[in-house]
Amino acid sequence: MWSLVLPAILGGLTTGAIYALVALGLTLIYGVLHIINFAHGSLLMLALYGVYFLYAILGIDPYLALLIVVPVFFVLGYVLQRGVISVFSLGKEQNVLLVTLALAIIIDNLALYFWTSDTRTISLPYAYTMVEIGPAFIPLPRVIAFVAALVAAVILWLIMSRTRLGKAIRAVAIEKRGAELVGIDVDHTYAMCFGIGTACVAAAACLLLPTFYVTPQVGYAFVLVAFTTVVLGGMGSFMGALVSGLLLGVIEALCGLFLGESLGQIGIFLAFILILLFRPSGLFGRRAA
Amino acid sequence: MKTTSFGEWVLYGGICAYLLTLLVMPSQLWLGFTINALIVAILSVAWNLLGGFGGQMSFGHAALFGTGAYVTAMLQVRWGINPWLAAVAAIVAATAVAGFIAALSFRYGLRGSYFALVTLAFAEVLRILASSFEISGGGQGILVPYKAGLANFQFADRSTTYALVLFLVVVAMLITLAVQRSRFGAYLIAIRENEEAAKALGIDTFRTKVLAMMLSGAIGGAAGVAYLQTYLFIDAPIAFGSTMSIEALLGPIIGGAGTVWGPLVGTLIIHGLGETAKHLVSGAPGLNLVLYGVVLMVILRYLPDGIVGLARRIGPRRAAPTAMPEDR
Amino acid sequence: MLSVSNVTKRFGGLVAVSDASLKVDQGRIVALIGPNGAGKTTLFAIIGGFVTPDSGRIQFEGRDITGMPPHAICRLGLTRTFQIVQPFAGLTVRENIAIGAHLRHRGRAEALERAAIVGEQVGMGPLLDQPAQSLTVAGRKRLELARALATEAKLLLLDEVMAGLIPSEITEIVATIRKIRDSGVTILLIEHVMQAVMSLSEEAYVLNQGRMIAHGTPAQLVADPTVIEAYLGHGAAERLKQESDNA
Repeated sequence: MWSLVLPAILGGLTTGAIYALVALGLTLIYGVLHIINFAHGSLLMLALYGVYFLYAILGIDPYLALLIVVPVFFVLGYVLQRGVISVFSLGKEQNVLLVTLALAIIIDNLALYFWTSDTRTISLPYAYTMVEIGPAFIPLPRVIAFVAALVAAVILWLIMSRTRLGKAIRAVAIEKRGAELVGIDVDHTYAMCFGIGTACVAAAACLLLPTFYVTPQVGYAFVLVAFTTVVLGGMGSFMGALVSGLLLGVIEALCGLFLGESLGQIGIFLAFILILLFRPSGLFGRRAA
Repeated sequence: MKTTSFGEWVLYGGICAYLLTLLVMPSQLWLGFTINALIVAILSVAWNLLGGFGGQMSFGHAALFGTGAYVTAMLQVRWGINPWLAAVAAIVAATAVAGFIAALSFRYGLRGSYFALVTLAFAEVLRILASSFEISGGGQGILVPYKAGLANFQFADRSTTYALVLFLVVVAMLITLAVQRSRFGAYLIAIRENEEAAKALGIDTFRTKVLAMMLSGAIGGAAGVAYLQTYLFIDAPIAFGSTMSIEALLGPIIGGAGTVWGPLVGTLIIHGLGETAKHLVSGAPGLNLVLYGVVLMVILRYLPDGIVGLARRIGPRRAAPTAMPEDR
Repeated sequence: MLSVSNVTKRFGGLVAVSDASLKVDQGRIVALIGPNGAGKTTLFAIIGGFVTPDSGRIQFEGRDITGMPPHAICRLGLTRTFQIVQPFAGLTVRENIAIGAHLRHRGRAEALERAAIVGEQVGMGPLLDQPAQSLTVAGRKRLELARALATEAKLLLLDEVMAGLIPSEITEIVATIRKIRDSGVTILLIEHVMQAVMSLSEEAYVLNQGRMIAHGTPAQLVADPTVIEAYLGHGAAERLKQESDNA
């Protein structure tokens, strides 16, 4: 029994680390600022293509690509929030939902148009280097992603708790008008937040691609999982997102093991529904407004 | 009584003229496109009841559409039940699913983004379930054998199918009109505008929202039935995938949420645009969807009341100030 | 008609209302006064069913309504207004009031008709077809009152319907409230405008830091040292007395 379950749990933890990485950016955008960003998965997909083409055309290693993709996506996120989302939503919360949905539709289908629905992968020499952990063998890139998720959560936590920007973000999240009155540039803060969130997604893409694939639809699979992670972890809690990402990875792996591969994800969505209904404050967080 | 502006007369008149012309002079080219648009329009009308009037935006209306389609298909194919009976059962099932989702969500006070996400999650759960079990056809979906005839709820002639779908759209819109002119509709609008105030004025907001969702479920289920009986095929991505959920809300928001005509106007216009784009740029999958996205953003930015709202502002109004609720 | 007995409500460590009791007899205008943060609005929310008390009982016409949902309480004939006005922004004044009227009138046309009558009653006749969001503060306060009135309540809880109004508007709304009372509606109101409290109400309760500290006619209360201290701080009554003695 344990010989099956333990590897499943370890495998689930590494999948969970990727969920956590994708969700960390969303924690900032949705969890702190309550912007529902339906385009989060689409941005992940774009970043995956970015990493893919950097490797396929220029031969740049995905880990090296971090240095290029992350800053580019930071700028992209900043511009998207400031130049598109806030402009087209007229600042209304329910419109933000719809504008980001529209963005997701546009990005996904443009990708389909330009890059077709082909599944693309890259093969790295070290992709199948296995690391032995207890009873399981885990591919090296998964181990790296796991460590990176921890590091990213700590960095984000430091930004939020130790920097001026973090203070501004928290102030804006609690009381937008009050923050404005004490001289915080609210639009800029929102955009910075969005930029950092998008940069996180880009980082996730770099860490994900060595053991994953990319298609125009790939983002969608992550959107709901990412929202689940954020809500489960407690809105705005980075450590919460990390733990809940890992937890969801394990839930999925165990559901897949016991119910059959195709039903694996159902555990995640059921968990999401139950959390929303019974514990909307998440496992670690404060209740969202 | 409610007044109708010149712009509205032109808009609604144009749409009626098009739909009636197609009824009298069927053209295979236009029928295919219009039948598809009208089926989506039924689902849009369903979404509009809860989302447009009640302000509760569902991102998972595919759950209701898919339930309608799957239940009809499974009852016919697996148990040989008459399609008409199966259709009734499917509508009942979709109403029940809607009631279940709404009762759970609203009992725990979910609103705004939380409601949107939980409805999306329910649709996803149903999608995975539908594609995982043999009884629902697994990954292959369900194909209903072609046996044309009234008793089978299948029509060899496309224009008969068209007439039926058009009839359903009209019924759905009449239901919307009845809601709009009733206390129930006024309560829904009150909840959309200010839920706390609604409670203070004696409105059982929970009950009102659940009833609205159930009515939406019945109509959405009917859309699913119409889809299945038209195309005789259903699979999990079509039935419960995000595309249908998105289509359900595009029509009302682009056409004008919380209006009787909005869902039909919006659905016909975006489908018309999408079809045109497909013909102009052939062999470009997804480009029509890109267009939907762009139109959605432009509408949100420049026409918050949708196309119906724009039509209202065109030309003089025919009668004195309104006494009926200004349906927005 | 209404009796609140020993109601307590805590939010976390904060005790918002502590062992508070009050009674409102039919046909009276009773005021609930007290300094900011005394717990008046919380007490209203508890009576209206928006907040469930930790302990204590609320009875309306001899019936225990503790823990009942707001809409059920409203249906029994007890309607509250909000201190921070809550209009249905997208609707006209008439449609706003009609939502209240629907409680006793199912038909749309009937409710709209009732709405017009109630609107006239509170002096909003000319504004009936204005969108609610275009109203001034005074207009919105009136609308709040009109909507509640349209539910044909036996008891109205009015939460600061005069805050933010200029004196002439206050005079008007005082007259309106008196008219409402004379038509047979009992009124419990929270008010800061003391002049209005003095002229409107026959009796008043004073809430301070969640506790009911005094009860009497307004004239008695303004002379009550505990009340003065609650408003002006410890020792204030003594100082005022000295000042008036010296003068």
